[in-house]
Amino acid sequence: MTVATTVAEKPKIVRSGRRFMSGDIACAEGSIAAGCRFFAGYPITPATEIAEHMSRRLPEIDGVYIQMEDEIASMAAVIGASYAGVKAMTATSGPGFSLMQENIGLAVMTETPCVIVNVMRGGPSTGQPTMPGQQDVMQARWGSHGDYEIIALAPSSVQEMFDLTVDAFNFAETYRVPTFVLADEIVGHMWERVNIPEAESIRIVNRKKPRESPNPKFAPFKPDADLVPPMAVFGQGYHFHATGLTHDERGYPRTESVEAQTRLVQRLCNKIRKNKDKIVRVQEDMLEDAEVAVVAYGIAARAALSAVRKARVEGVKAGLLRLVTLWPFPDEQVGQVARRVKAMVVPEMNCGQIVREVERASKETPVIFLSKLGEEPHKPEEIFEAMRGTLK
Amino acid sequence: MIEEELRHPYDKFLRKDRIPHIWCEGCGNGIILNCFARALDELNMDLDKVAVVSGIGCIGRISGYTNTDSFHTTHGRPIAFATGVKLANPELTVAVISGDGDLFAIGGNHFIHAARRNLDIKVICANNFIYGMTGGQGGPTTPMDTWTTTTPYGNIEQAFNLVHLASACGAVYVARWTTLQTRWLTESIKKALQKEGFSFVEIISECPEIFGRYNKMDTALKMMKWFKEASVVQNFSDPAEAKITPSRIVVGEFVDIEKPSYGRLLKEMRTKATQRKTGE
Repeated sequence: MTVATTVAEKPKIVRSGRRFMSGDIACAEGSIAAGCRFFAGYPITPATEIAEHMSRRLPEIDGVYIQMEDEIASMAAVIGASYAGVKAMTATSGPGFSLMQENIGLAVMTETPCVIVNVMRGGPSTGQPTMPGQQDVMQARWGSHGDYEIIALAPSSVQEMFDLTVDAFNFAETYRVPTFVLADEIVGHMWERVNIPEAESIRIVNRKKPRESPNPKFAPFKPDADLVPPMAVFGQGYHFHATGLTHDERGYPRTESVEAQTRLVQRLCNKIRKNKDKIVRVQEDMLEDAEVAVVAYGIAARAALSAVRKARVEGVKAGLLRLVTLWPFPDEQVGQVARRVKAMVVPEMNCGQIVREVERASKETPVIFLSKLGEEPHKPEEIFEAMRGTLK
Repeated sequence: MIEEELRHPYDKFLRKDRIPHIWCEGCGNGIILNCFARALDELNMDLDKVAVVSGIGCIGRISGYTNTDSFHTTHGRPIAFATGVKLANPELTVAVISGDGDLFAIGGNHFIHAARRNLDIKVICANNFIYGMTGGQGGPTTPMDTWTTTTPYGNIEQAFNLVHLASACGAVYVARWTTLQTRWLTESIKKALQKEGFSFVEIISECPEIFGRYNKMDTALKMMKWFKEASVVQNFSDPAEAKITPSRIVVGEFVDIEKPSYGRLLKEMRTKATQRKTGE
């Protein structure tokens, strides 16, 4: 007997349209829209839903989902997949992020395009797995040993979980650098409306390929003028070598050369520092005539916007500088606002991390820090009161 | 023309601009590199489709010498890195060549899980019983009652029996040889390279400079003599009985079974996922 079955239409790669979803799922969909076809991860609250969604989505679009034995392995597998030519991502939270630091350093050193999502929860250690936090922003910047620069983006809505994940891949591919999406538990678990554009209208950047054919003199780490080397991948005949050791442009170890160490490490930093104006993004709200500014990111920026609106109603000239890019830090943008206002307020769900950068960039302007730990994010009233206090 | 004649038949497998290598005189790693090159040669492998991945340690430098795509990872992570490479590009033959400390101490977790998944990679372990690169400390394969720089009163820890571990974790091909049995070793590397699934070749390798010196075998010759006297060829014997002692090194093939690899199962799953039927 033949059973009639209807084959469903081919699974869509980009699920365009107006949709209702959680931040974690939007992040997974954003990665797929950006071209991610490899996900290696390990279950961890509150990022697990990203892995779950990838385990369902990737196989149907010819991608690979693998649950590794730990986060160390996940990060290593992501680097391996990227070197085999496939866009790759992992997603985790604080404890897993700590384990990934070793191979994040390897990704920096071997200039591996890859995306690491950290849906931040409360730490230190196991901390509060189901509660929000913004406690890993300094770890994202400095967590692995040695000197380096990375890129980190902070979404504050479900829409941005989609959009910034696409951007993260584009940055990773452009600069050959591990790029972080630093979300938090609220943004990850919150459900909101998301507009997913048509595939054609999503800007996708792919890594530069070597312009030369395989040849014995090929130098896989020879940079272009933008300080980023075109990337050869395994299986194309280049027979190139990559190592976590300090290396020259051929990729060969140079463990005793001062010149090689200086040249490589400075380039790894400079390829981000010198392209900062192309990377850094902030969002300004009502800052034109502001006397007091809130500088915020992630979930705290949502309450900050409400606070600024309330302040305006109450006659307080307030504005918001929302940091979309956390690393490299928007010094100039923060400095410019600082010169125009009498005071700045920085709400963060930690004991004071980005506020240190704000203080550094704002020089003489007073900076008020509002700390929040645990379940509740900042209330707009608290931020409003802090702003009003600075003008008394 | 003269230059052509002077070329070693395995030159094409080496990055000649990286030679001389960093290994000590009498080290077994050269023999391992030679056997690996010979295996690639005899199989007539397409070098464009071979990736060599290594970790940290003396043998970890091997990826810098093979004329293939290659990656020298962080300590203990070559198998995890190789997992990404193999799954992202299944066309590649991925060989992980690393040391006992790298693969079984810091990287032990990755080994057991890659074997459990039957990931289609080839793991070749140079077991010299110590951490050579850092100067000769004891590790998870150091036999009981032997001396190293950190076991000055004799080692009191039990050593891993690697072939037993590999077979218990699900490897489809498992063999052990010393650097003395180069023909058999090359044959095993060839089998591993051709086999679908997680294949493991343990190579007992001499480190006369440190392990040898601390254990009254201070030349390569003395260590080779030990390998010769202690080696017992027992093909397909019980790997559980193959524990290495100063007087007995059981060598041979231990496991050669068929089992679908992770990559094959993944491919089947994808087919199912892409052809989802309505009404499910």
